[in-house]
Amino acid sequence: MSAAALLKSGWRAALLPVALVVVAQVAATVSHLESDSLASPFDIARAFVSVIADGSLLRATADTLKAAAVGCVLGVGGGSFLGIVLGLSRIADDALDLTIELLRPIPVVALIPVVMMLLGFGVEMEIVIIALGLLWPAVVLARAAVKEVEPRLMEVSNMLQLSFIARLTKIVLPAILPQLFMSLKLAAGYGLVVAVTVEITANPLGLGYGIMMAQQALRPAEMFAYLIWIGAIGWLVSAALNAAQRNFFPAFVKGEGR
Amino acid sequence: MALTQLSTRMQTGTRNSAPASDETRIRIRDVTLSYGNLQIIGGISLDVAAGETVCIIGPSGCGKTTLLRMLAGLAKPTSGSVELDGSMIAGPNRSVAIVFQDYGKALLPWRTAAGNVSLALEARGFPSAERPAIIRDLLEKIGLGRHADKYPAEMSGGMQQRLQIARCLAQEPKVLLMDEPFGALDAMTRQVLQDEVLGLVASTGATMVFVTHDLEEAIYLGDRIVCLQPNPGRVGRIVDVSLSRPRDQLLTREDPEFLRLRRELYDLIKDDHQ
Repeated sequence: MSAAALLKSGWRAALLPVALVVVAQVAATVSHLESDSLASPFDIARAFVSVIADGSLLRATADTLKAAAVGCVLGVGGGSFLGIVLGLSRIADDALDLTIELLRPIPVVALIPVVMMLLGFGVEMEIVIIALGLLWPAVVLARAAVKEVEPRLMEVSNMLQLSFIARLTKIVLPAILPQLFMSLKLAAGYGLVVAVTVEITANPLGLGYGIMMAQQALRPAEMFAYLIWIGAIGWLVSAALNAAQRNFFPAFVKGEGR
Repeated sequence: MALTQLSTRMQTGTRNSAPASDETRIRIRDVTLSYGNLQIIGGISLDVAAGETVCIIGPSGCGKTTLLRMLAGLAKPTSGSVELDGSMIAGPNRSVAIVFQDYGKALLPWRTAAGNVSLALEARGFPSAERPAIIRDLLEKIGLGRHADKYPAEMSGGMQQRLQIARCLAQEPKVLLMDEPFGALDAMTRQVLQDEVLGLVASTGATMVFVTHDLEEAIYLGDRIVCLQPNPGRVGRIVDVSLSRPRDQLLTREDPEFLRLRRELYDLIKDDHQ
């Protein structure tokens, strides 16, 4: 959607959120809200300005995004590599299939205590957990993508006697690139979820820790400011990746039925 | 290099020398192929001379395509042997090129016409500096000179099939295998491409094995026509085509010998369908 079209039709989409904010503010003002768990939109906005002003919000944002990005690159990169190997080699697939199916269902949050014991607190621990959480979906998507590469193209590469590396770089990788990007897009959203989860449950840094601290200090306005900010970050990341996907793989986006 | 031997007279399909030398290029001996209990091919023997064009016809399920895939090294016979220049065909070999019917699936959609031809040159280890000139030459010869920068999706079916043929020619193959290459094209495009292929084969001296379900196409292109019979696939009859070359879409097809052959093959195939 172009910016002009967004402005033109945007008022309809903005109607509900704006109405909710107004209602919340009116309700808070009328009831003289004094709460340890709720806050008026005005108070939330003021808290937002103050956490920006003291730099804590931006520092937390940088910590969370850095952990999510590095974890994402490691998890999707490693997972895609493994998935491609499994997709190309029947032997490797047979040998590892059971192991993967056994490891895959373990919820990634269950790894938090284990990884924490090994690495302690800090950004490394968070990155490792995010990477592990993103690993298996990336393996499965890349393996499926490789197996769906047009068999005729594999025959063409056979007829030309392409080396394994040439087949990988000239046929397989270009063929699955749209799916790999799709995998990265899904992983980015999930990576953010895991990052905030780790920060809320264990790691003393980032946005998740910020929201926890605000809650424990009984500062609801600040807590909601963090919450809305986390939502906005997630929306921005996904919008950026969607725009990149439309830009680089227009045909594939069309294939998704948009 | 041999590409420069490609004559510019491809449109007319001139063959200056005798169609086939005595040298045997392909030797098929007692080949069978079974999947489990199902026998697809039940004992085929056939020799193809260097420079010869052999067309293979037969009802569906007679193993035409399977036989071609064995020549390409993409399928292995259950018993018997397939030899190229006296050595067993153990797998795909760059001196054998195959043109698939489904050109849309055989081209790399993310590469331009030039890029698709380049793939064959890259496989042969040509330095990148030498590729553009060869590619331009080949695309020019196959009538795609002005479309080098187009992607397959931007090309018509006939152009895509031309491109696949150009990529196969970039292999400089001794043997060109064609698997119903024009089956999905309209009649006019098909005739133009038939003449182009005849011209290219004549000028390169390649041996061609051409699978088709179109009897007239088989007569028009072939030096010999192998009629396969189904269940399991085996050679029913081999018919020599004595029509003169170069062939002409109007004159050749009006030749009494052409009509006689068409009748003969039609009767043969009809019997198999009953």
